[in-house]
Amino acid sequence: MTASLSSLLRAAESEDIGNPALNIAIFGAFVLLTLVIVFRASRNNKTAADYYAAGRSFTGPQNGTAIAGDYLSAASFLGICGAIAINGYDGFLYSIGFLVAWLVALLLVAELLRNTGRFTMADVLSFRLKQRPVRMAAALATLTVVFFYLLAQMAGAGGLVALLLGIDGVAGQGLVIAVVGALMILYVLVGGMKGTTWVQIIKAILLIAGAAVMTIWVLAKFGFNLSDLLQGAIDTAGEGGEALIAPGKQYGVSAMTQLNFLSLALALVLGTAGLPHVLMRFYTVPSAKEARRSVVWAIWLIGIFYLFTLVLGYGAAALVGPEVIKAAPGGVNSAAPLLAFELGGVILLGVISAVAFATILAVVAGLTITAAATFAHDIYASVIKHGEVSPDGEVRVARITVVAIGILAIIGGIFANGQNVAFLVALAFAVAASANLPTILYSLFWKRFNTSGALWSMYGGLISCIVLITFSPVVSGKVDPVTGASLSMIKNTNVDFAVIPLENPGLISIPLAFVLGIVGTYLSKEPPHPEKYAEMEVRSLTGAGSEKATVH
Amino acid sequence: MTDTFGDRETDYQRVQNGAEFQALKRRFRRFVFPMTAFFLSWYFLYVLLANYAHDFMATKVWGNITVGLLFGLGQFVSTFVITMVYARWANNKQDAVAERLRLHIEDGTALDGGAA
Repeated sequence: MTASLSSLLRAAESEDIGNPALNIAIFGAFVLLTLVIVFRASRNNKTAADYYAAGRSFTGPQNGTAIAGDYLSAASFLGICGAIAINGYDGFLYSIGFLVAWLVALLLVAELLRNTGRFTMADVLSFRLKQRPVRMAAALATLTVVFFYLLAQMAGAGGLVALLLGIDGVAGQGLVIAVVGALMILYVLVGGMKGTTWVQIIKAILLIAGAAVMTIWVLAKFGFNLSDLLQGAIDTAGEGGEALIAPGKQYGVSAMTQLNFLSLALALVLGTAGLPHVLMRFYTVPSAKEARRSVVWAIWLIGIFYLFTLVLGYGAAALVGPEVIKAAPGGVNSAAPLLAFELGGVILLGVISAVAFATILAVVAGLTITAAATFAHDIYASVIKHGEVSPDGEVRVARITVVAIGILAIIGGIFANGQNVAFLVALAFAVAASANLPTILYSLFWKRFNTSGALWSMYGGLISCIVLITFSPVVSGKVDPVTGASLSMIKNTNVDFAVIPLENPGLISIPLAFVLGIVGTYLSKEPPHPEKYAEMEVRSLTGAGSEKATVH
Repeated sequence: MTDTFGDRETDYQRVQNGAEFQALKRRFRRFVFPMTAFFLSWYFLYVLLANYAHDFMATKVWGNITVGLLFGLGQFVSTFVITMVYARWANNKQDAVAERLRLHIEDGTALDGGAA
């Protein structure tokens, strides 16, 4: 990243250097607005239910918007637009997996989870199984998913800073990562789940509205004719442009890349319903009915947003061109900001940049409160203190955890800045789909399921994911055939311990975790607890005894 | 819990064995399991076609609109439709029964037949 976007734009727009200042000003306005709201929301943060679950007082539409805010990370906005602009149709495949996955959450998980749990995923898993070992395993899986996801977001922040604020130096970017981390700590520390949720809602509205404006703008340029837009993308790409509207440009290279795609498709569709920060959002509403409404709203918002990204991706390909996008700082990720500049000049670029930046901030906040709740509620209160801890003590531990995680995220983000970490999000989905989802489904639907099955499935899924990734080309040994440069995390091309050619572990680890759950269950002599299963089943379907909203 | 019930566990088991709850559960599973099988099959059909049938998916239907694009947009349409069908079904068929059972368990409200 030698040239910054501002210098690129300066060249394009003759000596205009106002961009970074404008971007920072718009972003500053967002921070100020959300801080005011977070402080207002913090007034009723007394109990654990307030801090972790916002007093269960959000409505379905509010929570659905917040879910969309949590889910539409910078990776989905900048990443998918860029992937479509460069790879055409193959970029679109991502968004379909991300969307269809919500049906798993809607039909099988959201309502039943809301009815049986209190704050975390582990509440549901340990409902009729042995508390401590299951909570420990679920907490470890949660923390792993959150850590990978968090690191990806923070590392992405560095690249985004270079792109949007015109800050080039490593020290300057490190400083901005630290500021992002500090702001996030403040949001979560003060606002708890309520403040975090409001940040998500505001961010989701800004992001979707911004994408809507750009989508209509792009379509207007092509007479609201999708075919003409695609023709524009084909023409701009020049020779071989037709490949943009057919599948296979990115994943069709060899049988191995096709297998990689299959693995990714499986992890995407089964991962969402196992993402702990998404699951935790279902506890912020008063009832299962509202949890259902949340998901319905989330599906519409997320689906419509992904349709926008289809237009924006091809719009960037047509109006900016793949060559310019690849040459820009931030590479593929710069497609959406460059399109914004092409359409609406510095003002729209400023708005879109600020929204993209707000997106990172909000997603990081959502991840942090999930990790804090998991550590304080599952590990500290249940495993270490055997459940004998006052709610105040638990929330205090959660707040300390927020600061610790924030500092870890800042250090990790600075360290990972500029690294190739795109695989981390895919890995987070793979761990969620292999370590979390099988046990969630078994414990909700399978009467015979027991503690041993849960531990086999969770640890088996978690460990197989990490082992498969470690020995895969994303960590070592992947070399660009043209330039000879390393495409792996380890940049030294002499180091190569990639014995597993699969880049996403899902294709192996997900079926394995499902099978291990069955094997572990049948190998155990643990007596069944029909009375606990009765309670769980009746509660999950009727909502009897579920946690109610707190009234202030 | 009111005095009319014994200990907590048997209470839930009594409801669980009741006709009304069994019908609620059967309806739920008969709806969501086939629906899940359907949308996952439809999704993987799409993924496999996009992965292994490039020529078919690249066939132009109208202008530059390809079969693949229509299939992809079809996934959006099916997701939206299933979402609305499920929400309507659950609101109309399940919620009232679930609510009645919930009140019965939490407050001891009598049921007209079924459990208790």
